[in-house]
Amino acid sequence: MNYCEGILEAHRHLLRRYPEVFVIGQGLWSPWYVGNSMKDLDKEFGVDRVMDTPVSEDATTAIAGGASLCGYRPIVVHPRVDFLVLAMNSVVNQLAKWSHMLGGQASPRVTIRGIVNRGGEQGAQHSQALHSWFCHVPGLRVVMPATARDARELFVASVLCDDPVIFLDDRWCYEHTDEVSEIQELDLQEQGPRVIRSGADLTLVGSSYSSLLCLDAAARLSERGIQTEVIDLRVVSPLKPEILVASVEKTGRLLAVDGSWASCGLAGEIIASVSEKLPMPAWKSRPRRITLPAAPAPTSAPLEKDYYPSAAAIADMAESMVETRKGRA
Amino acid sequence: MDNPPALGPLRDPHRFHDPVTLDGLSPEVAQGFLRQMLVIRLVEEKIGDKVVEGKVRCPCHLGIGQEAIAAGISLSLRPPDRVFGGHRSHAHYLGLGGSVFQLFAEVLGKDAGCSRGMGGSMHLFDGAHGFLGSVPIVAATVPLAVGAALAAKKDGGQDVAVSYFGDGAAEEGVVHESLNFAATFRLPVLFVCENNLFSSHLHIDLRQPSDAVCRFAAAHRIPYELVDGNDVTAVWSATVRLLTGIREGRGPGFLEAVTYRWRGHVGPGEDMDVGVKRKDDLTLWKRRDPIRRLREAMQAAGWLGPRENDLLEAAVREEIEAAWAEAESAPYPPPDATLGRVYAGDSCGR
Repeated sequence: MNYCEGILEAHRHLLRRYPEVFVIGQGLWSPWYVGNSMKDLDKEFGVDRVMDTPVSEDATTAIAGGASLCGYRPIVVHPRVDFLVLAMNSVVNQLAKWSHMLGGQASPRVTIRGIVNRGGEQGAQHSQALHSWFCHVPGLRVVMPATARDARELFVASVLCDDPVIFLDDRWCYEHTDEVSEIQELDLQEQGPRVIRSGADLTLVGSSYSSLLCLDAAARLSERGIQTEVIDLRVVSPLKPEILVASVEKTGRLLAVDGSWASCGLAGEIIASVSEKLPMPAWKSRPRRITLPAAPAPTSAPLEKDYYPSAAAIADMAESMVETRKGRA
Repeated sequence: MDNPPALGPLRDPHRFHDPVTLDGLSPEVAQGFLRQMLVIRLVEEKIGDKVVEGKVRCPCHLGIGQEAIAAGISLSLRPPDRVFGGHRSHAHYLGLGGSVFQLFAEVLGKDAGCSRGMGGSMHLFDGAHGFLGSVPIVAATVPLAVGAALAAKKDGGQDVAVSYFGDGAAEEGVVHESLNFAATFRLPVLFVCENNLFSSHLHIDLRQPSDAVCRFAAAHRIPYELVDGNDVTAVWSATVRLLTGIREGRGPGFLEAVTYRWRGHVGPGEDMDVGVKRKDDLTLWKRRDPIRRLREAMQAAGWLGPRENDLLEAAVREEIEAAWAEAESAPYPPPDATLGRVYAGDSCGR
C-alpha cells in the first residue's frame, strides 16, 4: 500500500462505516485535481457524498463547517494548499475559534485536506506549503503524515476527531510504501512525534516529505560514520515536544528540516520548543535548520531544483554540526 | 435583469408611519409579536444604559428600531431549524426564545452566559432554541448557514437554516459564493438581509451602485421578497410564503427587510454626527416605529385594551430587572476557562 492508496483506503473506510462523513471540494470527480487519492469514490459512494463544487473555496470550507455543526463529519478538499488561502477567514476566524468563543458548546468537527503539490515548474501559486500559518492558530489541529500507513491512519483519526483538523498530504510522498495492514482507528489527541530511526550523534526532525528526506540523509550519514536519530512529527500542532527533548538530551545536536519558509516557521518552533527545555550544557552544537529560501517558488527548472531542501544538503549540514564539535575537541 | 429591484419608497423616511395591517394575524399572534418586540427593545435599552454606566464593557451593537424583523421571522421557526446571525444579533437570539438572563450574563462576561461568558455581545449561542451562532466578521456566518442547510437537506426532513446579515455583507465575496452554492444545490436556507441603509457610518449610496440587496437573489434565481422591515405583519407573511417553498424542497429564499437603526453602529449613542442627513432622517424614521405601529393597529382593532399595554410593558420591565440583577451577581468563568475550552476534548465546564 502506498501513501496515495492509503488516503484512498481511509476515505473508503470512513464513507463505508460512518454515514455522517461526506467529502466536498473542487475537482473530486477528476483525477487531474486529486491524483488517484480519491479514484472512483464518487462512483462507489454517489455524488451526494462526494460533492464536486463550484470554485468557491471560502464558502465551501465554511459550508462544511456549518454541516459539521449539524451532525455531519465533512472532509473538505483543496487540491492545492495555495487554494486554501482563499478560505482563511473560514478556517482561522471561524472554525478554529468556534468552540472557544461560544463557550465550548459546539465544535466544528471538520477535516480540511490541503494537498501540497510542488515541482514540475508550477511556480509560486501552485507550490506552497503553508502549515506554519495553521500551526500558529490555537483551536486547529495540523496533521502532516510522511508514511503510507500514517497517511491512512492519521486521515481516519483526523476525520473522527471532534476538532477542526488541517490535514496536509504531499504528493512527493505518494510513492512511499508500507506493508498492507488492518486499519486502526486512532485517537488523534494521543498522536504525536515518533522516532523513526535511532541514533546517538544527532537528531534530525522533519514532517511529511521532510521526514523522508531526513531518512535518506540519515542513511548517507551512516556511511560517513555518523549515527542519526530521525523524528517524524506527524502531528505538527498542537506540538508535543517531549520526544524531541529526550532525543536531543541524548544526542546534543538538533537539525530541524522543514519544507516551508524559515521566518516564524515550523523549523524555528521545533528549535525553540527544544531549546527552552534543555540547559546549555546539554548542547554539543548550536541547533540549525534547513528550510526553503526566503523567496516564492521559481518555475525555471534549474532554479526550482536548487529551491527545495535535499537529502544531500541535510547530510552535509548534519556532518558539519558533528565535525564542528570534533574540531573543537 | 429587465427590472433590477430598488428600494423606492421603502427607503423614504416620510413614508409608512401609519399603523400596520393585521391581515392574517390572530389577536394572540399579534400580542406575541408585541411582547416579543417589547422584550427586544427594552433588553437592548437596558444594555445600552449599562454601557453608559460602564457596567457592560464589550462592544454592543444595538438594533433598536429593527425589532419587527426578528419577531416576524422567528414565529415561523422551530428548534430543529438552525439560525445564524452577525454582530447585531441580540434580537435574533431573543426572537427564538433565548433567555434574557443568559444574554445579560453573556454581555457581562459571566459563566452563566449563553456562550459561557466566552463571547460577549458579538458571539452568541443558544443551541436549545436553534441559534447556532453569531459572530462579528461581516458575512462570515452566511456560508455556515448554507452548510447547516446542506445538513438539513441530507437529513431529508423539512428543517431550514436562516442566515441573518446586513446590507454591508452584500459587499463581501463569500455572500455571492454562498448564494450561488445554495441555489445550485437547492438548499433549504432563508437568507435575510436587514437593510438598514448603513454599514457602520457609511450610507449604502456611498457603497453600492444600487440600494436593493435582493438584486443578488434575482441574479442567482433565488425567489425573493422586499418588504417594510418595520411592519411585523409584512415580515411575517413574506417569511411564511418563502418558507413554504423552502420547506417543500424548492431551494433557497431571500427576504430583504428595509429598516433603520436608531442607535449608532456600536454602543448606545445615536451617531448623529455621521452619515448622510442622519439627524433629520432619524427623527422621521422613529415615526416608522414597528412597535407603535403594531400597538396602534391592535388598539384600533380592539385587540389591546387601554391598560393592557401598560401592564404588558410593566411586566416585561419587571422581568428584565430581575434578570439583570441575577446576571450581575453571577460568577465569572473559572480561571482555567481560557485554556480549557480550545479543543473539543478540553474539560473546562463541559
